[in-house]
Amino acid sequence: MQTNKSKNSSATPKAAFYNRAEVRSVIFQVIVFLGLAYFFYTIYNNTMTNMEARGIRTGFGFMSQPAGFDILLSLIPFEATDSYGRTFFVGLLNTLLVSAISIVFATLLGFLVGVSRLSSNWLVAKVATVFVETFRNIPLLLQIFFWYFAVLATLPGVRDSISVADSIFVNVRGLSVPKIVWSDGASIVFYALLAAIAGAFFLSRWARKRQENTGQPFPTLWATLGLIIGLPLLTFLIAGSPASVEVPKLEGFGFKGGMTLIPELVALTVALSVYTAAFIAEAVRAGVQSVSHGQVEAAAALGLPHAKVLRFVTIPQALRVIVPPLNSQYQNLIKNSSLAMAIGYPDLVAVFMGSTLNQVGQAVEIVFMTMMVYLLINLTLSMFMNWYNARIKLVER
Amino acid sequence: MDNTFTPIEARKPPSSAIGPIAWMKESLFSSPVNTLLTVFFAYIIIRFIPPVLDWAFISANWVGTTQDECTKSGACWIFIKQWSGQLLYGSYPEELRWRVNLALIGLVAVVVMQFFLPQHLRRRVGWVSLLVYPLISIWLMYGGLGLETVSTDKWGGFSLNILLAFAGILMSLPIGIIWALGRQSQMPFVKVVCISSIELFRGVPLITILFMGSVMLPLFFPAGVQLDKLMRAFIAITLFQSAYMAEVIRGGLQAIPKGQVEAANSLGLGYWKTMRLIVLPQALKISIPNIVNTFIALFKDTTLVLIIGLFEILSTIQAALQNSNWLGGHHIEGYVFVAFVFWVFCYTMSRISVHIEQKLNTGHSRS
Repeated sequence: MQTNKSKNSSATPKAAFYNRAEVRSVIFQVIVFLGLAYFFYTIYNNTMTNMEARGIRTGFGFMSQPAGFDILLSLIPFEATDSYGRTFFVGLLNTLLVSAISIVFATLLGFLVGVSRLSSNWLVAKVATVFVETFRNIPLLLQIFFWYFAVLATLPGVRDSISVADSIFVNVRGLSVPKIVWSDGASIVFYALLAAIAGAFFLSRWARKRQENTGQPFPTLWATLGLIIGLPLLTFLIAGSPASVEVPKLEGFGFKGGMTLIPELVALTVALSVYTAAFIAEAVRAGVQSVSHGQVEAAAALGLPHAKVLRFVTIPQALRVIVPPLNSQYQNLIKNSSLAMAIGYPDLVAVFMGSTLNQVGQAVEIVFMTMMVYLLINLTLSMFMNWYNARIKLVER
Repeated sequence: MDNTFTPIEARKPPSSAIGPIAWMKESLFSSPVNTLLTVFFAYIIIRFIPPVLDWAFISANWVGTTQDECTKSGACWIFIKQWSGQLLYGSYPEELRWRVNLALIGLVAVVVMQFFLPQHLRRRVGWVSLLVYPLISIWLMYGGLGLETVSTDKWGGFSLNILLAFAGILMSLPIGIIWALGRQSQMPFVKVVCISSIELFRGVPLITILFMGSVMLPLFFPAGVQLDKLMRAFIAITLFQSAYMAEVIRGGLQAIPKGQVEAANSLGLGYWKTMRLIVLPQALKISIPNIVNTFIALFKDTTLVLIIGLFEILSTIQAALQNSNWLGGHHIEGYVFVAFVFWVFCYTMSRISVHIEQKLNTGHSRS
């Protein structure tokens, strides 16, 4: 101990107090903290003075006041007499609606195009390349305008609707499609579906365990598909088909019955799906190309047929590369859905940051709430995708 | 008798293995499914491409000045021709547009110089132009010091898109570097501040930040301070872009082997010298392709400022379509033209990014 101490003091001259790394780190952080504190304090003070001068109230009291404006599309019942708080949820649900639909279409289209780019068919590969290079190099807002003002606005009027099999109608007011109307006793079909999903889950677990123990494969995919489709179908038939299809009909100046998708929703969905699909296609292509050729050749040498090579060798390895960029593309899509405002689709930004902010004028609260919602949605999605990524990632020994 | 062995001339491969027919067999009709796909897409191309070409070129209207002269069935390019000044310069006074041109030419010169100057001059010239060019272009655009002042609400058109994108990337580079370094810092408070700024601005749509800039920012400043609309949009874009830039640079920082920092430390270099002389030059170099990619994204996103009422190219087209002299429904012409302009710029830049990536691919991994 004694020697050690003396050695220390003689060999390395003690650094000056203010030159020690720990001390510097603390001093630096204190300076940053004070700087930020001063910055936010000034902003807070200025904001308070300005709001007082302009007569803007603070707090979230406005949330319970009546809104007084109508919203074009709402998934929950909404009237002009409902509160501003309710406009928030109407907008949020509309954002989630358009995001969910677009994510499904973008994923399907993106995987299709991405795989097509690697097709052995020259023409298919070239068409896919042109698709990707066209749509990802044009601003999304422009694409939304194009679909909305140049394509959908030139569709025929209600009376001259383009019809497909007399049940789907396309016109300038949107897309009318048949609706399924559930009657009494339909809930049993829903329960059957839940039971089938649970059954499929346990079946696939059992099949995997059996294969690990005995090596005997089980046609899991077909069995679970059969279960999930078959069981509800069977209960549906046994219960005496408790549902009917309601086809939209032209009555007077509009369509009655069925379900009408407003053109704003259609334009936004098409633009978001196509734009994001171009990026997803690139991610898919990179993922498939990242699987080294030796893997496929080795699998073929083991005698696996092409379909099994894809299922057991290529796709699992490609997915590891595809999932992280897919995650960020989904987040981008949700954020981009806020461009809805430009064509008047009533999403969260248009309803809450647009109409409500215009009437209430409480910019700080409303902007803060809207930002937090997007952060929360993206965080949740990110957590789910990270969980999925952890599940499929390489198990290293 | 001549006994030397003369080989007979090698036979050519059978015509079924080379040539266009073999190529078609291989890459268009290799299986029934492929044949079906080929026929399907060929049909679509033959069905739709000629009418589109006819619309855009053959029966298009090129000559004239008013809508009434668009008599042929194709595109009415007169519309674009008549509005081209507005589309490029917005309401910038016509006799002063040479100043915008000069600023744009200067920009092109600064960028091109980086590719053609001799290696040893590039960095020095690069730094100087990085500091001097923005000042000169602001002076040219805004005026003052002997030039007539043009207020920012007159700026517009495609030159505004270019200006916003370049100014945004230039400002976001230093902020992004600081945030990225802070994110990797050992100091917990600094780390938390940087991570939360990055995640906040990356996790919300650009529109909400633009709104924040246009409705909240004026409240933040003491009464009497007036920020003009362009400035507020620019601050919003910079914050948004800095978060993305920070993530790109973090990717570059993470790719630098730890040994580099350790070697620098053992040479006695402090933190800032290590970063400035050893880590950042390498990290920035490998980040260049991704910086170009975020630039492309930002360039496309500059169209969003139309939502807060700035007259960039897309809102100029929207205004032109509402003009009472041009109410004939020229939506398709307008959008196709703007799309084409953006496409040319973005596609070229993405090619450049790929090119740089290949050129820089000198290997950093230790395998």
